[in-house]
Amino acid sequence: MAERISHTRLGDGQTLPPPRQQSGFLLALRQSFFNGWVSSIITLALLTMLAMTLPGLWSWAISDAIWSTQDSSVCRAASGACWAVIGEKHRVILFGTYPYDEHWRGALVVALVTGLAVLSAIPRFWSSALFVFWGLTTVLVTILMFGGVFGLPYVGTNKWGGLPLTMIVFMTSVVLGLPLAVVLALGRRSHMPVIRAVCVGIIEVVRGLPLISVLFMMIIILPLFLPTDLTIDKLLRALIGMVIFFAAYAAEVVRGGLQAIPTGQYDAAKALGLSYWPAMIKIILPQALRIVIPALMNDIIRAFKNTTFVSIIGIFDVLGATKASMRDVDWVRYSTEAYIFVALLFFVYCFAMSRYSQFIEKRLDSERER
Amino acid sequence: MFWNDAKIRALIYQALVLLLVLGGLAYFALNAQQAMQDRGITTGLDFLSQASGFAIGEGAIEHGPDDSYFHALKTGAVNTLVVSIASIIGATFIGLFLGVARLSPNKLLSGLARVYVEIFRNTPQLLQIVMWYLLLTNLPGPRDALSPVDGYVYLTNRGINFPVLNNGTSLFLAFVVALVCAAIAVALATRFMDYRLRQTGKADGRMVPIFGAGVLGLGIAWVLLGTPTDLISPTLQGFKYRGGQTITPEFIALFFGLSLYIGAFIGEIVRAGLMSVPKGQLEAADSIPLGRYDRFRLVVLPQALRVMVPPATAQYVSLLKNSALGVAVGYPELYNVTNTTTTLSGQALECVLVMAVFYLSIALTISAVMNVYNRRVQIKER
Repeated sequence: MAERISHTRLGDGQTLPPPRQQSGFLLALRQSFFNGWVSSIITLALLTMLAMTLPGLWSWAISDAIWSTQDSSVCRAASGACWAVIGEKHRVILFGTYPYDEHWRGALVVALVTGLAVLSAIPRFWSSALFVFWGLTTVLVTILMFGGVFGLPYVGTNKWGGLPLTMIVFMTSVVLGLPLAVVLALGRRSHMPVIRAVCVGIIEVVRGLPLISVLFMMIIILPLFLPTDLTIDKLLRALIGMVIFFAAYAAEVVRGGLQAIPTGQYDAAKALGLSYWPAMIKIILPQALRIVIPALMNDIIRAFKNTTFVSIIGIFDVLGATKASMRDVDWVRYSTEAYIFVALLFFVYCFAMSRYSQFIEKRLDSERER
Repeated sequence: MFWNDAKIRALIYQALVLLLVLGGLAYFALNAQQAMQDRGITTGLDFLSQASGFAIGEGAIEHGPDDSYFHALKTGAVNTLVVSIASIIGATFIGLFLGVARLSPNKLLSGLARVYVEIFRNTPQLLQIVMWYLLLTNLPGPRDALSPVDGYVYLTNRGINFPVLNNGTSLFLAFVVALVCAAIAVALATRFMDYRLRQTGKADGRMVPIFGAGVLGLGIAWVLLGTPTDLISPTLQGFKYRGGQTITPEFIALFFGLSLYIGAFIGEIVRAGLMSVPKGQLEAADSIPLGRYDRFRLVVLPQALRVMVPPATAQYVSLLKNSALGVAVGYPELYNVTNTTTTLSGQALECVLVMAVFYLSIALTISAVMNVYNRRVQIKER
């Protein structure tokens, strides 16, 4: 007799035991940390490592640290970190050699740029009015930093420094760099060989060079190329370098967006009788730029981090100002703490921007699906 | 009218741009010539053969004050290449580890990897290099050096002292040679076992020959390095460690700054590459059924590489260019040496030109090599 096969019953009326619990804290714990022996070993090794480093770090950074003192000998007596150095030097770190009584102007510049950047990041506020606001902010920032009008004392660019300078370098490279990038990208896709060659040349040469060498050229070489009686401010020269460098990188990103637009869109624009610039501005660019926003955010974050490069050519951005402030023999041994503070400052801005970039990518993806 | 013809209009535009560019260049050249004359500088590359008058403290080539400017620039270029190649190797390992760690089901591992990536990606590279340098120069002096591997490695504020093989070969060179030999041997053995599989249908017992080939590769490396049998440890003589290999804090700071920073980016590229392989591919591999290792080697890796190679190339090029940040800690790489040469010789234009040609050609070489590799890993459509 052939064996009876049943799909419904097993044995003599016996039922299978209920499945093991599929949820619960302990199970989650096991799956996350002790799933198999490899995972268990990794977890134990990492825990040992953390147990060896964290207590020491804690006592250095928190429990044994000196949080505020005017007297560097207090720090010398302590075994932990000396965060007091930040309290003591924060004005120099944040504002460089800008006149002490005018620091509020620098602070206002930072607040203005940060505030407007946050506003421009919110999709609900995306409109052409933003361009007007950026224009107004540029004027305001210039007035605030230079002074010389409305009873504000004049401050030359050689005195600028710290976070406001970092913000200005950042804002200039992005705000002027983006339009230049669009022009370069369009030029690279132009049908006219001469224009294409010029744009390819600029993009590839600048992208092949280190940023410092581009700045070096602007500082040392550019004055040689100009008549002797024409001198351009050092900061302005550095800014030109930053703008060109940002534009060359962003141009490649924009080109990617332009290539992603189907030819049908170009044909449709032509069919409507639009000539080149109206077609680009009204039809192609709005779509192309939308696609590349996440990629552009990467370049923008990099531009923010790259502002520190100007400290090498003797412009006192946050990093340069910190370096300068640490020449004080009483506090020089606490440079690490000062640099950690600067790193934290950059981290807050960059982390916020990278999170925003993820958010906007998701949002654009969902828009496309709709 | 003639401007109603698009072709003629295009010609006019191009002529205008050409005129503008050439005019600008001519204007710059004239001004530069005038400026050179005023300062009494003779243009041309002749100065390169003059004695430089400065010495370069470290690097694969020695450079003394009597050597020429050209030799100085060459030394800088070699130093740039050395630190870049070391950092590219370092960044690749860190990136591979981070990318795999971030995808690990172990939450502690993936969490720590994520913390690392966020910290290193979101702070400026220059700041990181400066901080590494600060940390390294804050180490104790040679007399009370830290020795993490007791009696072999000494950490001092003047550099880290490593032992060398008893024929004087650097451990790092030995590591690279061993790595290359083992990798070639394992790759050949894998190829051979694949061939055997196709010929005979036998898929079993592959791990032993592959592992054996790896050991054989290490043996070949040992012979290539001159069969060293012992290590020479550095010993303190006066204020210096002698007998071993000293790596300067400048080099290490730059190496850390480059490899740890770019490593974080490579880690994200690796993660994105591995995640880009559709789940269906894994399920298909399981249903054949391939082993875990073969599934990775034959199904996941080829598809992931396709996504990983182009952005990784960009990161390597960026690493090479950012090695110029060595100037911030005084490592004598090309930009730093060019800077000194410009100051001493006054030949700013020529120096910048030499530097630009070097960086451009190296950047283009990396791109070209990676493009060849990229073409190999891309989908072959026939």
